[in-house]
This record gives sequence, C-alpha cells and structure tokens, in this order.
Amino acid sequence: MYTPHTERDIAQMLQTVGVDSLDALLRVPDAVKLREKLEVVPALPETGIVSRFEELARMNPGASCISFLGAGSYRHYAPPAISALAMRGEFLTAYTPYQAEVSQGYLQAIYEWQTYICLLTGMDIANASVYDGATALAEAAIMALNENGRQKILVSRAIHPNYRAVLKTYCDGLDVTIEELPVAEDGTTDLGELASLTATKEYACVALQSPNFFGVIDTPGSAGQAALKESGTVLVAVIAEAMSLGALQPPSQWGAGIVTGEAQSFGVPVAYGGPYVGFIAATKEHLRRIPGRLAGKTVDSNGKEGYVLTLQAREQHIRRERATSNICTNQAHCALIATIYLALVGKTGLRDVAAANLQRTRELAAAVESIDGCSLKFSAPNFNEIVVCVHQPARHALAKLEQRGILGGVDLGRYYPEYDNCILMAATEMTTSRDIQTLAKALHEVVHVHTSTRSGPAASDETVNV
Amino acid sequence: MSDHTASPLIFESGQDGRANRYFERGKGLDQFLPREVLRADLPIPDNSEMDVVRHFTRLSQRTFGIDVGFYPLGSCTMKYNPRVNDAMANLPGLRDLHPYTPDAQAQGALRIMWELERSLSSLFGMAAFSLNPSAGAHAELAALLIAKAYFKSRGETKRDKVIVPDTAHGTNPASAAMCGFKVISLKSDKRGRVSVDEVKKVLGDDTAVVMMTNPNTLGLFEDHVHEITRAVHGAGGLCYYDGANANALMGNARPGDMGFDLMHLNLHKTFTIPHGGGGAGSGPLGVAKHLVDFLPTPYVRKKNDAFVLDFDMPKSIGPMRSFWSNFAHIVRALAYVYANGAEGLTKVSQLAVLNANYLRVKIREFLETPYDEICRHEFVASAQALKKETGVRALDIAKALLDRGYMAPTMYFPLIVPECLMIEPTETESKETLDAFVDALRDIVETAKGEPEKILAAPITTVVGRLDETRAAREPDLRWRPRSSPAKA
Repeated sequence: MYTPHTERDIAQMLQTVGVDSLDALLRVPDAVKLREKLEVVPALPETGIVSRFEELARMNPGASCISFLGAGSYRHYAPPAISALAMRGEFLTAYTPYQAEVSQGYLQAIYEWQTYICLLTGMDIANASVYDGATALAEAAIMALNENGRQKILVSRAIHPNYRAVLKTYCDGLDVTIEELPVAEDGTTDLGELASLTATKEYACVALQSPNFFGVIDTPGSAGQAALKESGTVLVAVIAEAMSLGALQPPSQWGAGIVTGEAQSFGVPVAYGGPYVGFIAATKEHLRRIPGRLAGKTVDSNGKEGYVLTLQAREQHIRRERATSNICTNQAHCALIATIYLALVGKTGLRDVAAANLQRTRELAAAVESIDGCSLKFSAPNFNEIVVCVHQPARHALAKLEQRGILGGVDLGRYYPEYDNCILMAATEMTTSRDIQTLAKALHEVVHVHTSTRSGPAASDETVNV
Repeated sequence: MSDHTASPLIFESGQDGRANRYFERGKGLDQFLPREVLRADLPIPDNSEMDVVRHFTRLSQRTFGIDVGFYPLGSCTMKYNPRVNDAMANLPGLRDLHPYTPDAQAQGALRIMWELERSLSSLFGMAAFSLNPSAGAHAELAALLIAKAYFKSRGETKRDKVIVPDTAHGTNPASAAMCGFKVISLKSDKRGRVSVDEVKKVLGDDTAVVMMTNPNTLGLFEDHVHEITRAVHGAGGLCYYDGANANALMGNARPGDMGFDLMHLNLHKTFTIPHGGGGAGSGPLGVAKHLVDFLPTPYVRKKNDAFVLDFDMPKSIGPMRSFWSNFAHIVRALAYVYANGAEGLTKVSQLAVLNANYLRVKIREFLETPYDEICRHEFVASAQALKKETGVRALDIAKALLDRGYMAPTMYFPLIVPECLMIEPTETESKETLDAFVDALRDIVETAKGEPEKILAAPITTVVGRLDETRAAREPDLRWRPRSSPAKA
C-alpha cells in the first residue's frame, strides 16, 4: 500500500481529528453507499508482482521477433545514459514546474527541448510538448482555424491514417470539414488541385507529412508554396519519423507555418504505443495561439538569469473556456528523454544514424525487389520505409511471415483498400543484414507457396497455408 | 539546491569533433538521396557523454520532486511512485513491443490492459473504461465528444450547454469549449457545495452535460450528488465525474453509484504514475452502459479465451491518439493495483483522508480554514487575514516553504477562496513528516507577524530568487539561438 501508518499513528491521528474511526471520515449519504463487492486483481507482495509481470511479458513473443514494423513508431537505439539520467527521482517525480525557484533544472531542460525542436525544424518557436504526433496535428489545425476563421481543412491522404482519424475526432467536435488530397502514382501527394482549391480561400490549412506514411519524401514544390502563400492558407508540416530531420531539409524550407510531429524516435521506447511525445513548432506569428506549456528565460530580483513557465494567459488554468487548448498534462518526461538523446548523439550522431537508416532501408529494398513476385510500389525518394507489393492480400503474406517468427510490416489494406496487396516495411539502424536476409528468404517462400497453393484445388484466399 | 552558480545551456558547450560513437560511421547522406532534399546544416552541438551526464545530473539537482521532499500540491495527488512499477514497465517483453504487433503476439500486453480495465470498472462502478486518453483533460474532451455523439444519435441536437461549478478545474470549461459547447458556470453555495436548486435553475432541454468533481476542489464531499445527478437525468442531460480527486473515495464509494454516466481517472494521480515534470499521464475514461458503444477506438475485449483490440465500433467517436494507450503507464497502474488489491485501495483512500484531516486541524490553529469541517483528501486554508495583518500573502507563504525544504501547496485555486492554499498530503506521508510540515508553516506565520520582510524576501536558499514573470511574458525568450542568427522569437 506504500502507507507508513502504524496502528498507533492512526489512533493518535484520529484522536487529534476528533473522530473515532476511519469509516467516520469517509461517511457518505446512504443513497450513494458502496453495496457491491469489488472485483479487482488480487493483492500480491512485490515478489509476486514481479513474477506476475514477467509471466505477462513472456506472453508477448512479438516483442523479440525480427520486426519490420514502423508506421509511426520506430525501434531505434537508445544509449543507456538516457535512462540513467531521465530516471533520476528529481526529474521523474516532479510535477509541472509551477514553483520556478525549485524547478530551474527541469525548466532549463524544457527550454533546451524547445530549442532543439526549433533547430531541427527550422522554426522560430516550439512548445513544451503535446501528447503525440496525432494530437499535435489536431492542435495545429485548431491553431490555424482560430487564426483565419475558416471552417475547412485540407489534408493529404498520405498522412498517417491514425493522425487523420484523430484529426477527424477533434474536428467532429468543432463541426469543421476535412477534405483530402489524393496520393499520386509515385507515392507523393497529388498536388494537382492544390492551387485551385486553396484559391477559394476556404481552407484554414493544408497538412502534408514528410516522409509521408509510405516513407516517401513529400514536400510541396515552389508552385504549391506560392499557392498557399497567396491564399493565406497555413501549411502544417507533419513529421512522424523525427529521425528523418537529421538528414532532410527542415520544413521551414518548404514553407511550413506550423510543424507538428512525433519525437518517439529520440530515445523513447515503442512500449506498445505510449507514452510518446508530440511537438508543435511554428513561425513567430503563431506565438499567442500555440497550445500548452512554454518555458521562457527571464531574470530574478537580483538580475540573475532563470526560467519560468510563461505566456500562461493562453492556458486553461487561467483562461478556462477561452483557452487556446484544454491541454494541462503534457509529455514532459518523454521530451526530457528526447532532449538527453539529442544532447548525447549531437549533430554527428544524428547524421550517422540517419545514414544508417537509409543504408538499411536501401538494403531491404534491394533484397525485397530481387524476389520474384515482390515489387516496390512507389518510386519517389524515401527515408526508412518502403511499400512492398506482394501480389496477394498483404494480410495473408504477413500471417505466413508471422508463423516464421517475423513481423513483416503493416498491412496497408487496413487503411487503404486500394493497396491491400501492399506491406509497409521499416528498417532502422537496429535492423541487421541478417534480419534482412531472413526476411527475404521467408518472403520468397511465402510468395512461392502462395503461387503453388493458388493452383491447388482446395485453396482459397482465406486459407493460410505454410 | 545549494549550487548558486550559473548553469550554461547545452548549446553553449561542445566542440566539433567531440562526438560520441553510438553508430557506425556510414556513407555520406548524398549517397542515398538527391542533394536538394537534404539539409544544408544541422546547428546542434556535439558533446562528450560525460559532459552530457554532468549537465543533466546538475539539472536534476536543481529540480524538486517527491523523492526530494514533501509535496503537498492540492489536486495533484503527489504520492510516492513505487520503483517496482517502473521496473515492470521496463521489462523487455513490454517495453519493446511495437503497437502494430498482431494481437496473437501481444496477448500479455492485452491482458494487462484488460485486467486494469476490468479492475477500474468495478472500483468506480462503470460499465467499461477506455484506456485511450492520454491525460485527464484528454479524457474530458473524449467524454464530451461522446456526449455530443450520443445526443446526435438520439436526434437531440439542441443540447449545447455544459454546466460547470465555479470550483471546477480549468480543464472542464476548456474541454467543453473544444467541442463547441457553451459553458454555464455554477456558483457554489455557502457550504462550498453545488446546490441542487442552482443546478435545477439552469437545467433544461438545452443541457448536455453537468461536470462535477467529487470531492470537489475544496476537499468537500458533494453530499447532494445523488439528487443532482437525478435532476440532470430528469432533464435528459448526462453527468460527468472529474476523477482528479478519486484518491479520496477509491474503494469506499463509486461515481457509478452516484449516478455519473461518464468519468475520468488520472492514473498519474491516484494510481502512482510518476508525473515526470508535467507528464506523460494517462486518463482512462469510464462510461455507463448506455455509452459503451461510443468509446474511443480501440477497446480491449476478451473474446473466447483470447484478448483483442477492437477497432470495429461503428458508433465510436474515433481514436483520441496515435496509438492505443499510454501502455507503459497502464503497466505501472496495474502493478499498483496488484500491490494493493481491493482492500488495500480502500485503505489508501482512508489514510489519504486521515492525513488531510490531521493537517487541517493542526493548521487551523494558526491559519484560517474557511470550510472547517471533515474534509476528504485535501482542504483549503486562506491567508487573507494574515495578509490584512502583515502584508504576507499566500504566494509569500509558498515561497517561504521552499526555503524550508517543502514544495508549496497549490495557490489561488479554487478561485472562490481568497489567498487560497490548497493542501493535499496523500496517504504515503508519515505522521512525522506532517508534524514537521505543520511546524514549518507555523514558523512562517509567526515570522510573518513579527518580521514580515523576512517572508516577503523568500525564497533565499534556492538557486534563483523570485523570477520576473512579467518580463518573461512581455519579451518572450523561448529558445537559444546560434550566435550568427539575430532576432528573438
């Protein structure tokens, strides 16, 4: 229970309070009294807790498989120095740094995080973090909507489907219409209609992700940027794989007004989906509309430099229903992890790791392409993900790979019915050449087995034969 | 906390060529991609690992957490964060599991989610919980989206008002505004409670949701809660329970039995998830039976003998976040439930309430406690009389506590109490700690009466003194800039 009270303490304290039992302290009206027996997992001593969770962890063979899963959550190397630092109790058990004088360390770390995000994205300002990449996009859309008072937004269909789904959840509450830009043959967003659509001045923002959900580098050219500028439409750039920022042009250079993204790749474990860390960066015109906490530098009564949470008049605890967002708790500790990661790897490490991701992905692409019956779906330049067409339902191929102990990637048919023969595969610096060879061998068998069973009399699409 | 020298930014140290070698030195980036998509420069420093370790160790030493000392921050439930929880979250079989792992390969993780979901549902009297929302405010937003979808499904599109008491957390009205609801603020009565009559006055066929916190932020149990929820239901509205203060009733009374249709929990308060300097949190969202179909996707279900993530929920409001839950926190929370069982959790609340009342009767000897009755997990004190007498305000008391090694209580909240100090000790503090805190606070009040300037000058032992917040807001300096680039943001 982690409570230090002895029976004697309880008796003395009850006496001080002037009641005769703990029950008397918690008395509630009859109408709302607890009547049912509570069904809760049983109490265990700490030794029992550890064996229980070790048992549960063993029931996740997927955690130790050869894996090509990515799609917004990436397995990257995290130097052990990160957890040694981030797990220090002062950081781990602090609350939001409201009392600046005893929170200078954390406030400075947030200021450093904001700076790293600005330097990586090329933007002027960044906030202290939001929940994740998806909510970052939703919050950015709200910033744009509030700014120009328009009621529609335009998003690329090559943005992570989960991000678009969350955006829709948020927009349903605000009665905002979302329209989508289609995907072109080469895997980039088809911007053919961009100029004519934005010229109506009905869209608050256009959102593009680069690298996009298919791993493809997907930025608007100069004509697209000009159309956005002319129509006063904010370009929201989405970065779902922050590791790409070590290699690719910052979004500031392709016209972004707001940059949102996910920084999980910087040292935060994949952990079955969370917690991760979203970021929002923007040009300085957006300063008063940016949601969430901001750390700022100032001076104390003796003129000494220090840090505080600032511009709080935007926030819910001050402005209530007129706040820029309802966000209160953010992802400070994950942002701290990312900050430590960036400090450790530095620019040299970031470039090296980006190069390693590119190297592995090229190797993966070459291995897959050499298999008869597999092909690469898209031709545009990509970062660390590829789309592989297996010429059979992707879910069948993946199931067969799973039986061989390989998590081959994400079935694109789950989100894009038109690509249901395609697998989204990721390779990072953690992917070994051996992993790639193992996958290639298995994939070869899978494709081959499928071809032979299809010709057999009893086989159907729903049968998974090995 | 005694180091008063400056703490340089990480960007002010480091040298080119001082890189740590974590990765193989690969080919140049232009071997893989056309130059026009590559960045020209990356203006971040290379630091040696030892310098980075020292830098962040130093920053940690300039940060106050529960592990450093008593943290009586009202409404934030700063209880001990057991280390075994972190160790469990860090088991490779849980930490290294990718969110797109097929269900069959992730049965342990799904079982963890399911066990917590079932335990919370029983503990709080709800039909189901979604583990999807990332924090309390995020769950509020999800709940209000559910309310909106629910009324829409019944063709009741006129319901556009959300009623919120004046003692509510700021997130309540902010969440309502984020789904396009109009907010009606409700004045608390003399006893610091929501009055049934006041609620009835504003109820109507335009009422969507009434949001309540119970115990409220004054630490008082809303003893007419049952009549209020009945009246709201009578008018066709829904009732939302803000579970920020659930530590006061866990295992002893249930929001479901009080008539609430929707509720959230803050696992980072009640269930010992570390706050981590402001997050990550986790905000499970509980609903009554008639709202289960509207929960965010995915929802974890037991199907035959296996566990699945169910995405196929046609009435769902949709997902609230990129992936399924803040899973590492679900692990921590479940480890905590295992450490307690139902009986232990019941005792947790009782001792949290005992600690708060003990502090209340000790502190009222020298500070006003405007609502002087049995409180729950927290209570409010007011420095208004002291301010009139000495000029020392709640803020000054807070800063003087920092000098004495304590985190300050929540200040100036709830808004209805002038010079408010909102104090929540939690159950993990011993009687000795509480006694020492009372002595420190008494010393501050007595000093204020004799030598107020000493308290007004606080804090003096911290690495910086009181900071100029006006300047921070007027001339925002939110980032470091490379020397060559001018212009502040």
